[in-house]
Amino acid sequence: MFKHFIMLEWKAFLRSASLGTNIAMKIFIGFFAAYFMVIFIAAGIGVFFILKKSGLEPLSTVNKFMIYYLVMDLVVRYFLQKMPVMNIRPLLTLPIKRNTIVHFTLGKTALSFFNWSHALFFIPFSIVLMMNGYSVLNVILWHLGIMALFYLNNFINVLINNKDSVFYSVLAVVAGLGLAHYYKLFDVTLYTQPFFQGMYETVFVFLIPILLVVATYYFAFNYFKSNLNLDEGLAKKSEIAKTQNFSFLDQFGTLGTFLKNDLRLLLRNKRSKTTLTMSFLFIFYGLLFFTNSIEAYRSPMFQIFAGIFVSGGFLFTFGQFVPSWDSAYYQLMMSQNIQYREYISSKWWLMVIGTLISTILASFYLFFGVHTYLLVVAGAIFNIGVNSHLVMLGGAFVKTPIDLTTGKGAFGDKQAFNIKTMLISLPKMLIPMALYAIGYYIFSPNIGLLFVALAGILGFAFRNYVFSQIEKIYKKEKYATIAAYKQKN
Amino acid sequence: MIQVNNLSKTYNNGVKVLNITNLEIPKGQSFGLVGNNGAGKTTFFSLLLDLIQPSTGFIKNNSIQVNTSEAWKPFTAAFIDESFLIGYLTAEEYFYFIGDLRGQNKADVDALLAKHEEFFNGEILKSKKYLRDLSKGNMKKVGIIATLIGSPEVVILDEPFANLDPTTVNRLKKIIKELSDNPEVTVLVSSHDLVHTVEVCNRIVALNKGEIVKDIETSPETLKELEAFFAV
Repeated sequence: MFKHFIMLEWKAFLRSASLGTNIAMKIFIGFFAAYFMVIFIAAGIGVFFILKKSGLEPLSTVNKFMIYYLVMDLVVRYFLQKMPVMNIRPLLTLPIKRNTIVHFTLGKTALSFFNWSHALFFIPFSIVLMMNGYSVLNVILWHLGIMALFYLNNFINVLINNKDSVFYSVLAVVAGLGLAHYYKLFDVTLYTQPFFQGMYETVFVFLIPILLVVATYYFAFNYFKSNLNLDEGLAKKSEIAKTQNFSFLDQFGTLGTFLKNDLRLLLRNKRSKTTLTMSFLFIFYGLLFFTNSIEAYRSPMFQIFAGIFVSGGFLFTFGQFVPSWDSAYYQLMMSQNIQYREYISSKWWLMVIGTLISTILASFYLFFGVHTYLLVVAGAIFNIGVNSHLVMLGGAFVKTPIDLTTGKGAFGDKQAFNIKTMLISLPKMLIPMALYAIGYYIFSPNIGLLFVALAGILGFAFRNYVFSQIEKIYKKEKYATIAAYKQKN
Repeated sequence: MIQVNNLSKTYNNGVKVLNITNLEIPKGQSFGLVGNNGAGKTTFFSLLLDLIQPSTGFIKNNSIQVNTSEAWKPFTAAFIDESFLIGYLTAEEYFYFIGDLRGQNKADVDALLAKHEEFFNGEILKSKKYLRDLSKGNMKKVGIIATLIGSPEVVILDEPFANLDPTTVNRLKKIIKELSDNPEVTVLVSSHDLVHTVEVCNRIVALNKGEIVKDIETSPETLKELEAFFAV
């Protein structure tokens, strides 16, 4: 039976949409993975010598911070590790014992990247320990204990999956302990370190985590088994819908109709909510630049770069996927009596509003001086006047269907990456950087700002021209876009 | 109302999925399209809505060639599948949205919804659910009623009877018959179900592998003739 399961998994992996894109992307992902593996292994080897050099006993130091490492691991898992529940739906009606299904599902989580990636660090570290005179047997026992702790995390994560209240209270306690440690009020590691150390020093403490793994596996097994019904554990979650009329937008006619829809789109879908969160975080991106903490970022070019990003977070993250946001019902849009012009300007207004809100929220940059905030304002004017057009022009060539119901993929879509979009994207950054630098070096910083802002106002004048160009692209690409949006990934 | 001229659709792999030399659907007719899977029913409707490009020929809707002008959109309404629904809206919001696009105010839409309250069977309006969380049958009900907003002259329904419960099927038949009684409205319906189609349409065309193989005015013998044709 397990042979079949493994074959299914293998096919699911090979045929998944994310893997099935193009060769270049596969190679890139491969390099990326290899890079991280090397870093982990290097850290595993290097940490021993680094600690030794700074006069610390390597093993006990690692043991000291182990508790934070484990909690961090749990946090990462909670947000990123997916529970493989959905793909067992089709198995329920087949002649397979429920126990087998549950064992397999749980066993599958054990093979997850989130478990074995730690071994990349701990195996080299253990080997270095053994080569440096630590007792071989005890190091092996310690290693087993530590790996068991990661598996413990794995099954704890299965149990607390989607139980936000449990998770956040645990997180709050640990964060509190961490702060107390930092401010030397109370040091929790004094109590936890002996436990981890004990796994090395004694021959029986390592059994505790192993027994705990067995116990949590047992609980997770029972929990899963009792929830293995379509209406409980495997149910799709649906929210209670509330009707929002936004009737104040009625006065804007068709434009208002689209704006209403776009607001609902933003507020009611996982994917778009992720975009909103990201645009909020972009506001703080400027801190890296304006606090002068990084040497390379002090040049005027990078200062205006930051200004563009702080005000334009929403514009970039949302705008690059217009019209893909409407991909799920694009056929409807194309067969309705829709004026492209109104449709495009609704998206444009949304980006303008987003940019204005970002700029207002970013007013705390006034603490860094008026000039710093003016960088953001000049960036905003340029964003509204020029970048909003470029972003939409680029988006018109993106034919990636967006699955609104998952948050995944918000961090850059592989398929969305094409040469045309790339070429259109470059001027978004380069023009303001060049303009500001010219003004800055030839005249004064303020003239530099003026140049950027004037370019923005000038760009505004081309609005109608750009809109009709986008309209033409939409019309020309209509059939190809519909066909592309029909492909589900 | 609808004229088809030398229309064909061939895909890149050389497979011809539709080939109609000539077809005329006069105004006010209720037109039924039957055929097995892959006969070309949805392809024909997609061409009629200009969602795919014809390989040869063209379709004219009220003398407007659909793939060169968009002027047919204001008087044409269609429901092909769930991709015509906006998943994150509630049913009411969706109806008002379509209403806005078709120049209907809230009161007009409300009046239409009140008329079809029975059809919804109390499961759709004020259900506190987004469309994406409705069952397949209920989604279909929403899509069908949405096509009636703004009294379009051409109504296109792809497989409207599939996924519906027996009571709703009968209510839907009533709605379609009402539409076809109006001499201004042309209804196009496709289906696998011969009985339903014969009941609501006054003309039936059978497609097989993209070709028209039967074109008959509905009469008491129609059903027998069709059943004989599709018999194994």
